[in-house]
Amino acid sequence: MHNVELLNITETADSNISNKKAENKKEKIKVDKLNAFFGNVKALNNISLSFSENTVTAIIGPSGCGKSTLLRCINRMHEEVSGTYEGIISLDDENIKDNDPVWLRRKIGMIFQKPNPFPTMSIMDNVTAGLRLNGIRNRSKLKEIAEQSLRQAFLWDEVKDILKQPGIALSGGQQQRLCIARTLAVSPEVILMDEPASALDPLSTNKIEELIFELKKSYTVIIVTHNMQQAARVSDYTAFMYLGELVEYNKTANIFTNPSNKRTEEYVTGRFG
Amino acid sequence: MNNLMHYKWRKTKNIIMASLCFISAIVAIVPLFIILFYTISQGISSINWAFFTQMPKPAGETGGGMANALAGTGILILIASCFGLPIGIFSGLYLSENEGSIYAKSIKFLVEVLNGVPSIVIGVFAYVVFVIPMKHFSAIAGGFALGILMMPLITGTTLEMISLIPHSYREAALGLGIPRWKTTLFVIFPAALKGILTGILLSIARVAGETAPLLFTALGNRFWSTQLDQPIASLTVFIYDYSKAPFDDWNRQAWAAALVLIVLIMIINIIFRFVTREKYA
Ligand SMILES: Nc1ncnc2c1ncn2[C@@H]1O[C@H](COP(=O)(O)OP(=O)(O)OP(=O)(O)O)[C@@H](O)[C@H]1O
Ligand SMILES: [Mg+2]
Repeated sequence: MHNVELLNITETADSNISNKKAENKKEKIKVDKLNAFFGNVKALNNISLSFSENTVTAIIGPSGCGKSTLLRCINRMHEEVSGTYEGIISLDDENIKDNDPVWLRRKIGMIFQKPNPFPTMSIMDNVTAGLRLNGIRNRSKLKEIAEQSLRQAFLWDEVKDILKQPGIALSGGQQQRLCIARTLAVSPEVILMDEPASALDPLSTNKIEELIFELKKSYTVIIVTHNMQQAARVSDYTAFMYLGELVEYNKTANIFTNPSNKRTEEYVTGRFG
Repeated sequence: MNNLMHYKWRKTKNIIMASLCFISAIVAIVPLFIILFYTISQGISSINWAFFTQMPKPAGETGGGMANALAGTGILILIASCFGLPIGIFSGLYLSENEGSIYAKSIKFLVEVLNGVPSIVIGVFAYVVFVIPMKHFSAIAGGFALGILMMPLITGTTLEMISLIPHSYREAALGLGIPRWKTTLFVIFPAALKGILTGILLSIARVAGETAPLLFTALGNRFWSTQLDQPIASLTVFIYDYSKAPFDDWNRQAWAAALVLIVLIMIINIIFRFVTREKYA
């Protein structure tokens, strides 16, 4: 599994990757020669790619290939499990290591696979948690932002009369949208989603996908997914990873209809992974 | 044939083991029932309203109560909580934050050692720290000793309860750009609070029954006192003094006080059961 060195797939991929960027859109996040480690174990090998503003990028690949690790490097959550990395990740051309992780994470929000509203907080308090705990006290302002974020997350109509109830009393799909609202409330610029719909039913999944489509109007969205149809539906660009390497990165349409790498083709057509 | 014999022998062994276990279980709870039965039969007759509201009568006279001892135990527990709770909770939070580090590991080890130190030794320590410099016994010294007994218990429960909180909450909070200390204090700690509160109750029950460290520190007091720098009465020392006394009525009152103490501790334990049942069942 960890023998990334054995693979020799980078040659063809590299030329492909370096000049791939969304036309006329600003590159929001750049990842340059990223190697990520858990102790001595290398989880990501020489990854370079960039994510543009107002686009949705899907990251796909078989389990254990390092999708979550890549995502967690970008908001420096990788450090929270004592992981390390080499290489440069920049946000708006500034190295993310040059700034405080707390500050960075306000700009780069994250949605997790399993909905995780704070268990002791009401719906309202969940949405405003990021603001309140960063010192914003003004109640009417908090309320205003809460409503706006809940509307953005397509949740307002379902919860507007029960804002005082605990967040964990909602259904799974509602909880996930609550988590999205909670992230939106701190007005990030980038939103990372790690399999945000994999624990949800088809209807809730639909809602999340619609939501992602809306989000890209104002944010840079990066989504990890195991669901090929989902990647095809929601994303503009798709990155295919395998055993810690970036195999292919291109417009989603190209990846799914005309992949240049054989492994990519096999994966997207469901022949392995 | 041989197989059948073997089967029977196995069956027999099984029955023998099962019965041994059952008997052991009975033997283990018999003392509890004897203690309860004996305490009730000896003490119940002295329990009345006056026992809770009146002061001890002079030696030799019958009647009187232990109002000062009840109040004293309450005050001692309050003082102990002032020492033990904040230090215990914050060190528990510290240990849970830095679980991997060598520093935290050694502190955790020392806390476990402290938990195993006999209470009489802690009483001697409080005697050296408070009683000798102050030149007399005091409520403060007693509360301090009980507080030290509480500390490792509180640290332990805090650590344990926080480790039950899924890591995903911490990551969610950090992911919102909430600083680490605020995450711990305002997201993780409240989620663990219920468990920690029950741990606090249990530690109170534990120190409420301590006698040895109080003999060196709070000493006891036959009169009403709420002064922290003066000796103060307590339920356990009351039991100790009254059970040694050569008066039948005092001996009966000692049994009654013991009954009160046991019931108090049982109530705390029942509350503990009740509160923890909902959450961790
Ligand atoms: N906390 C950790 N400690 C050590 N190794 C880890 C840790 N987390 C992940 N890994 C290893 O890093 C590699 C990449 O894991 P990662 O979670 O990024 O994969 P993934 O592509 O997100 O997989 P999945 O699709 O199953 O979520 C795996 O080989 C995994 O075993
Ligand atoms: Mg993953």
